[in-house]
Amino acid sequence: MAPVTTATSREAAELKSELRGFREVQRLAYACAEAVAAQLRPGVTERTAARMQRDWLRERGVRDWFHLPFAWFGDRTAFVNFRVPLQFFPTHRALEPGMPFILDMAPVHQGFTADIGYSGCLGLNPVHDRLLADLEAHRDLILREVRERRSLREIYEDVDRLMVRQGYANRHRAYPFGVIAHKIDRVGARRWSPTLFGFGVRSLRGLASDALRGHRDGWSPLWSPYRFSDHPPTPGLWAVEPHLGFRGTGAKFEEILVVTDSADPRESAFWLDDDLPHVRRRQEERAA
Amino acid sequence: MSRGQRSGATGGEAVAGAGIAGARERRVRTGGIELCVAELGDPEQPTVLLVHGYPDSKEVWSEVARGLADRFHVVLYDVRGCGRSTAPRPLRGGFTLEKLTDDFLAVADAVSPDRPVHLVGHDWGSVQGWEFATVRRTEGRIASFTSMSGPSLDHFGHWIKKRMTRPTPRRAAQLLQQSAKSWYVGVLHTPVLPELAWKGPLGKHWPRVLERLEKMPAGDYPTASLPRDAAHGAWLYRDNVLPRLRRPRGDAYAHCPVQLITPTGDAFLSERLYDDLEEWAPQLVRRTLAAKHWVPRTRPDQLVSWIGAFVTAKEEGDPARRVVASGPHADRFGGQLVLVTGAASGIGRATAFAFAEAGARIIAVDRDAEGAARTADMSRLIGAPQAWAEVVDIADGTAMEKLADRVDADYGTVDVLVNNAGIGLAGPFLRTTTEDWKKVLDVNLWGVIHGCRVFGRRMADRGQGGHIVNTASAAAFLPSKMLPAYSTSKAAVLMLSECLRAELAGQGIGVTAMCPGLVDTAIANTAGSTGAPADEEKRRQEETGRKDPRRNYPPEKVADAILRAVVRNQAVVPVTPEARGARLLSRFAPRLLRTFARFERRV
Repeated sequence: MAPVTTATSREAAELKSELRGFREVQRLAYACAEAVAAQLRPGVTERTAARMQRDWLRERGVRDWFHLPFAWFGDRTAFVNFRVPLQFFPTHRALEPGMPFILDMAPVHQGFTADIGYSGCLGLNPVHDRLLADLEAHRDLILREVRERRSLREIYEDVDRLMVRQGYANRHRAYPFGVIAHKIDRVGARRWSPTLFGFGVRSLRGLASDALRGHRDGWSPLWSPYRFSDHPPTPGLWAVEPHLGFRGTGAKFEEILVVTDSADPRESAFWLDDDLPHVRRRQEERAA
Repeated sequence: MSRGQRSGATGGEAVAGAGIAGARERRVRTGGIELCVAELGDPEQPTVLLVHGYPDSKEVWSEVARGLADRFHVVLYDVRGCGRSTAPRPLRGGFTLEKLTDDFLAVADAVSPDRPVHLVGHDWGSVQGWEFATVRRTEGRIASFTSMSGPSLDHFGHWIKKRMTRPTPRRAAQLLQQSAKSWYVGVLHTPVLPELAWKGPLGKHWPRVLERLEKMPAGDYPTASLPRDAAHGAWLYRDNVLPRLRRPRGDAYAHCPVQLITPTGDAFLSERLYDDLEEWAPQLVRRTLAAKHWVPRTRPDQLVSWIGAFVTAKEEGDPARRVVASGPHADRFGGQLVLVTGAASGIGRATAFAFAEAGARIIAVDRDAEGAARTADMSRLIGAPQAWAEVVDIADGTAMEKLADRVDADYGTVDVLVNNAGIGLAGPFLRTTTEDWKKVLDVNLWGVIHGCRVFGRRMADRGQGGHIVNTASAAAFLPSKMLPAYSTSKAAVLMLSECLRAELAGQGIGVTAMCPGLVDTAIANTAGSTGAPADEEKRRQEETGRKDPRRNYPPEKVADAILRAVVRNQAVVPVTPEARGARLLSRFAPRLLRTFARFERRV
């Protein structure tokens, strides 16, 4: 018995320090999103916004990416008329007053990965406010059902149903494989970090090897509506990104959900960090 | 009351018009003639000045004036030579736009000396209105201008010139089309003949002509002064048309905000006339109305609503873009009352949203109170000026009757009715119980019958047009051994719509049957299946409810098709490609469909 306990306590300590690393890079990414969002003005294009994010993070030591920063403005936040994946990449669409925008980036910093999505809008937009408010119900739903160890596919469908009830369209369906979440992991630092179609090659390799391993054991690092996601949540870090769309306005959040194999429901799954812009916003609204 | 008014009129030399009930009349002297001016409503309110066309008198506005009078100071006058105004002597040269502008200024100064007036013109009243709104000397006297069925002669002149100098096939066609509609202008230029016709047979039969061709409701209009109005009015054409069309003014830019109301069925004016109008009127607000030429008589409620909204927006200083919603077809549905059943989810909810984006007022009806309230709530967010949720089971006839009464009393007459609510039922005929049949027919067929009956009747009674959309299904013409009850109910809805369309066509009410195919909605999830135990039913529901990602036809596209169908007044609209294919096959290869029907397939 004794060696096992020491092993688990050492693992726990290791997990703790690891989580700290992930939390730091996630905070860094959100800080970047807030900094860039504060600089957005009418006339700024998606490409400029994406470059601003990239530069901001490079200045702070980010060298590798899970994926390069994306920026979507206006009805592109709801992926209106998206048919091919190339349309996800930043365009020359310029920001206008009242337009919603989404900044989405996944930096790798000191070997830790974060993948975040930040929704905002330039000026007043009541529809966008409502979308953000309604996203919170999804954050609660996902955590609750993961703790209940429901199958990922089932949770996906429940999120879908909630969206339909709210009157929204499910826009994460537009992502590759229609995922609402995907696993992320540590990536060793190397001098050369190439990207392929906007995705870090070494992160992709990690995801692919996970997929291969998962395929043998009956799980998948992609949380999708398909049969290969019909399994209980697997321990690890999941970047969860529910994305709502409503008639040309889209909103999402993306943050890391930690899933462990602990028997205690509260320890079995939790959001990595509760001090994020969209969570704070909700607390402020509750207070007001 | 009209008799009393007539006897009270002072102008003994004129054939008296009918007058407008409750109006205060006075006479304004200008340039050697006397104009008969009628006023309604509180003079403290913003002044709305209504100018009539040809061959009309101010009584053409009676319905509109009554509708506006509770909010505005409404002023009407008989144009010189018409109604109870006197005619200039000699007639030739007495009707030039310059003199008509003098008349307008005299009336405006008499009724609203300190504040600019909101001008509304129909037909020649609008032609004059364009002149008033574009000449320098009226600047500051006009707060806004609502134009219907009357282009500026200067703009018209430029329009013709542009098409004559570079006649591309399309432009030539537009020219030909408009000249075919303008034949009567040529006739009016002949000497004496028009006067003789109007004072003779044409004047006698004109009311019947209007009733027959223009679908104008019978009543107190046209007035007894018609032959004289029409005979004098011919000089409007003779004095103005040729000179202006030959040498249109180059500076005819509107100096006030303009709202353009275009009737789509106008027999005299092509919609294309207004194509380049933004060039002349920068803050143009466009509205489209499915009606014929005489909209002040046939669609007074709609005009009251649009004029009221425009005038109010201008008084409050709203920028022009706020008057019209942002969505497609906002010109057509702005301010209209749209009732959608089954609006808590799926196609119904998407339809409510699409109409809301077009600026319509929404009534979301559903059994699901929470869902209906949510639809109404979101509708307000995206552009509906008002939206309400009503919880009603459409299968319940008395409840529907009560709903219609409540809607009539609280919100007004429904302009567009969308009978969309429906339920699914899968399973072979021999396993379908009587209760199953009753359930499906009650909602899918009786719901539509009740909707059409209670709201259709009120629509027809109002006599100002409208539209009914019934959601049928591709299953209506697609036999299948898996969906006998559902398909039967939908086939009935399809035929009901076609019959109703024939019946209501004469009253300007269109009826459309929508036939969406497989659409991504909850109907498959909530569909029952016959003779299956509850857990088996649940399993099947989950199976069918699990969306096929390759067949992901969104309800929003069906909603867009519904709006388009109303605008175009289409009869039967298959929406998805498979629905279109099925309809083609059902007409040209029914045996093939019968063969398919024997296969078991997923619902």
